[in-house]
Amino acid sequence: MKYLYLIFSSLKRKKLRTGLTILSIVVAFLLFGYLSAIRQAFAAGVEVAGADRLIVRHKVSIIQLLPQSYESRIEQVEGVDNAAHSTWFGGIYQEPRNFFAQMPVVPEELFDMYPEYVLSDEQKKAWLATRSGAIAGRGLAERFGWKLGDRIPINATIWSKKDGGRTWEFDLVGIYDGAEKGTDTSQFFFRYDFFDETRAFGEGLVGWYTVRVSDPDAAAEVAAAIDAEFANSPSETKSEPEGAFIQGFANQIGNIGFIIMSIMSAVFFTILLVAGNTMAYTVRERTGELAVLKAIGFTDRGVLSLVLGESLALTLVGGAIGLGLSWLLVSMGDPTQGSLPVFYIPTRDIFLGLLLIAATAFVAGIIPALQAQKLQIADALRR
Amino acid sequence: MFNWFSQVISVIGFSIRSIPQRKGSSIAALLGIAGVVAVMVGVLSIAQGIARTMESSAGGDNAVVLRSGSDTEMMSGLGGDEARIIGEAPGIARDDSGTLASPELFVIINLPMRTTGTDANVPLRGVLSQAPKIRNDFKIVDGRMFEWGLNEVIVGSGATEQFTGLEIGSSIEVGQEQWPVVGIFEAGGGVAESEIWVDASVLQSAYRRGNSYQSVYAKLTAPAAFDEFRDNLTSDPRLNVKAMRETDYYAAQSEMVYNLITGLGTLIAVIMGLGAIFGALNTMYTAVSARTREIATLRALGFHSGPVIISVLSESLLLACMGGLIGAALAWLAFDGFRTATLNWSSFSAITFSFDVNFSLLLQGIVFALVIGLVGGLFPAVRAARQPVAHALREL
Amino acid sequence: MTDNSDNILVRAQGVDKVFKRGSEEIHVLGGLDLEIPRGEFLALMGPSGSGKSTLLNLVGGLDRPSEGVVEVGGKRIDKLSERKLAAWRARHVGLVFQFYNLMPVLSALKNVELPLLLTRLSKAERKKRANVALDIVGLAHRAGHYPRQLSGGEQQRTGIARAIVTDPTLLLCDEPTGDLDRKSGDEILDLLQALNQEQGKTIIMVTHDIHAAERATRTLYLNKGRLSTEPVD
Ligand SMILES: Nc1ncnc2c1ncn2[C@@H]1O[C@H](COP(=O)(O)OP(=O)(O)OP(=O)(O)O)[C@@H](O)[C@H]1O
Ligand SMILES: [Mg+2]
Repeated sequence: MKYLYLIFSSLKRKKLRTGLTILSIVVAFLLFGYLSAIRQAFAAGVEVAGADRLIVRHKVSIIQLLPQSYESRIEQVEGVDNAAHSTWFGGIYQEPRNFFAQMPVVPEELFDMYPEYVLSDEQKKAWLATRSGAIAGRGLAERFGWKLGDRIPINATIWSKKDGGRTWEFDLVGIYDGAEKGTDTSQFFFRYDFFDETRAFGEGLVGWYTVRVSDPDAAAEVAAAIDAEFANSPSETKSEPEGAFIQGFANQIGNIGFIIMSIMSAVFFTILLVAGNTMAYTVRERTGELAVLKAIGFTDRGVLSLVLGESLALTLVGGAIGLGLSWLLVSMGDPTQGSLPVFYIPTRDIFLGLLLIAATAFVAGIIPALQAQKLQIADALRR
Repeated sequence: MFNWFSQVISVIGFSIRSIPQRKGSSIAALLGIAGVVAVMVGVLSIAQGIARTMESSAGGDNAVVLRSGSDTEMMSGLGGDEARIIGEAPGIARDDSGTLASPELFVIINLPMRTTGTDANVPLRGVLSQAPKIRNDFKIVDGRMFEWGLNEVIVGSGATEQFTGLEIGSSIEVGQEQWPVVGIFEAGGGVAESEIWVDASVLQSAYRRGNSYQSVYAKLTAPAAFDEFRDNLTSDPRLNVKAMRETDYYAAQSEMVYNLITGLGTLIAVIMGLGAIFGALNTMYTAVSARTREIATLRALGFHSGPVIISVLSESLLLACMGGLIGAALAWLAFDGFRTATLNWSSFSAITFSFDVNFSLLLQGIVFALVIGLVGGLFPAVRAARQPVAHALREL
Repeated sequence: MTDNSDNILVRAQGVDKVFKRGSEEIHVLGGLDLEIPRGEFLALMGPSGSGKSTLLNLVGGLDRPSEGVVEVGGKRIDKLSERKLAAWRARHVGLVFQFYNLMPVLSALKNVELPLLLTRLSKAERKKRANVALDIVGLAHRAGHYPRQLSGGEQQRTGIARAIVTDPTLLLCDEPTGDLDRKSGDEILDLLQALNQEQGKTIIMVTHDIHAAERATRTLYLNKGRLSTEPVD
């Protein structure tokens, strides 16, 4: 602790240089935080996916529909607890760039299957009482400023209505919250019975099933049993754990994790150069001073720690500001204006950031610190 | 004037000769800028690649017809009669076998991606005989065309590269049937290269689509013929369709992804660029302070401050330019032509594309590097020139 | 041990010092013997390059002899590990340099306090002792000033305060007046003399100045690697 003063005084020697170095470190950690949030937007779904849930879809492709009658047959498969269906509605609210997911579901089944969607009992009741009722996630409602009681028109791109119209109107009767930080609250659910009686075609057909198994360890066997049940039928199925399904979907978009890792590596490579260079200069300029410190009794190890301490002080200040700024930037909203299901910096990545601060400090400071450690007093004082 | 110029030359000479003494910080600044440019060019080349794939799909004199109200083929549906009427509309070019119009079907099937082994939505397109003539530079590069009426498919070169089970000799599973792959085709780098093609009638029966289609692609006699073509279709009481120029149709499909990636890429580049500017400033301030005495001596000897400013600036621009070139070259070597697949949100299906590090992107990267160099050099240069000579001479 | 040997603070026996510069070997000290009794104020003179600073470094534990024994206070310091040597220096030696070697980023008080950081003293105690040391050199009123705000003589007095703050037995001064004018130099010499006479500090002072050497209780001359009591030309 008593050396802290020494460390900060030497950082004050060249204020401009210290400031510029800190700023470049700020930039690195700002990007780190922001990119973490982007990565998380794609990864969160997999993380919060229920280990006990399977997705059952048409074997040929997700856009092909399955009979609603499969529900009871799936529920009879050994090890299945419950099955609930959803269907992709794919409508447009006002304009195409306002993308969000809309799905007709059976309300009781939805809440049984997804305990992470939290809706008050009152609003649940209202939904059960309103055929054209719909509920929206908190994030979605905030994005468009919706309030309970709003009438929300959605233009169908697939599902025209029996009356030939394409505009479906829903009454917003509930806004659900996420039980966890990573829960997707960007979706819109409405009632399947209303959907089925209003759509012009496809009666009795649904998009896919979510299945809860009683024993997560047996999920693979249950999935195989479900697929076997429908083998050689006109609509064969493909079942897989929810996490794998979401991961597969994210993979289609591209290897986001890899791209972000590459960018981060480039960023930190750059920053390490800048910070390491600054530290090298600080040591070179102070050869004499460091030798005096040794002469009056500082050990080699002590001088090494002093230089590393300076490096840590630089990165700590810069890193903390950078992470703070990224947190601010992220809380201001995602770059797609709300299409990402979640957008936040996961706690894990904040810890990772702190680790990275220590690592950056070490890598940037170690070579100059070793130089300082090796300094021969008698030699250095002669210069 | 000559005097001033020779002053500039000699001062620049001094500063360039002193670069090796400041190797460490010069290399740090240079590599820092290289990193920024490489990332910027790399990320933007993704957007360029997608946009180029869409552009090469579109012919200036081509049109796409969908059911009105649908923005994509997937959502569209056209009866056989409608398709026939559209195919006879005025404005469509003809050849020996009739008008150049192709009613088509569009579905997707699951196939595992080579990179991850997880399923992707691969487009499967049912076509009629005119379809190849409406695509740019369609050609079979391996194997042969499928036989009309048979359960055979041909596969785009991008699709065969990115997804498993699409080599000649293997077959895809549709319902209870196995459809053999008999040929690989290219289509001028366009979207079709991500697709699997089959005879439309085969697809119709496999998917119980009767005699219906989802879209009609048509080659017009000239780009200018489009308005007449469209007006004719929209005013025809038997039809409920909309017609788009192919260029507009594809531009709209890539617009969102393009804007997203470009926006994000630019944001990242700008933030990283700030970091590089701080690095460059550091380097140049260090350079100036290392040369304080030398610069003061020069000025005491009667050199103007102009040449001093120019020499500091040109040094930082030189470093930036080299960094920019290295970064651009790195991005070009690492990314250009790298083929991958992503999801086209509009068609909800996979699209394969190559990262496109083109000349204008490289230029953009180098200009960005120069901006970093300019900002990074300007302040230190001004400081060097402003320093009171007497004071600077005393400094060690 | 005899009474006499107990009274010897510094003893060097058969000390050789060889510097290697590439393939070239420079023999600076050869078979040098030296004994300094407690309480002595020794002036060390000799031509430039004769090895005065080298000898001082050996005695102060800043460097090791190539050959021979260096004992201070009955303890062999030439064989101590780096870590022990550093701790030993912190406890027993005060160093004063020709160019003061103060930390430019620290105030006079903080500069003086620096060696105390290596002790277990409390913050308040450290501050008190640093103030006392500054007071002894007559700079209590400049405690908050930075080295660049002090004159050369004042900086050197700060340097001396730093050297004595840990209350070492041995003060080593390498040309402490070498960079000062006569008046400031005299003030420094007054101070050293007072420390020697009133506080009993043993002092070795390297100097080129015959006036400075006159203040010492004994003067030795270094030439061609050996010591003598007579100047050699
Ligand atoms: N680390 C070293 N490496 C090589 N040679 C050295 C080293 N230290 C001292 N020398 C050489 O040893 C000799 C004595 O040096 P030293 O500094 O002890 O002389 P000095 O008597 O203090 O001279 P001055 O009066 O100029 O301070 C010189 O020739 C010097 O070049
Ligand atoms: Mg000397």
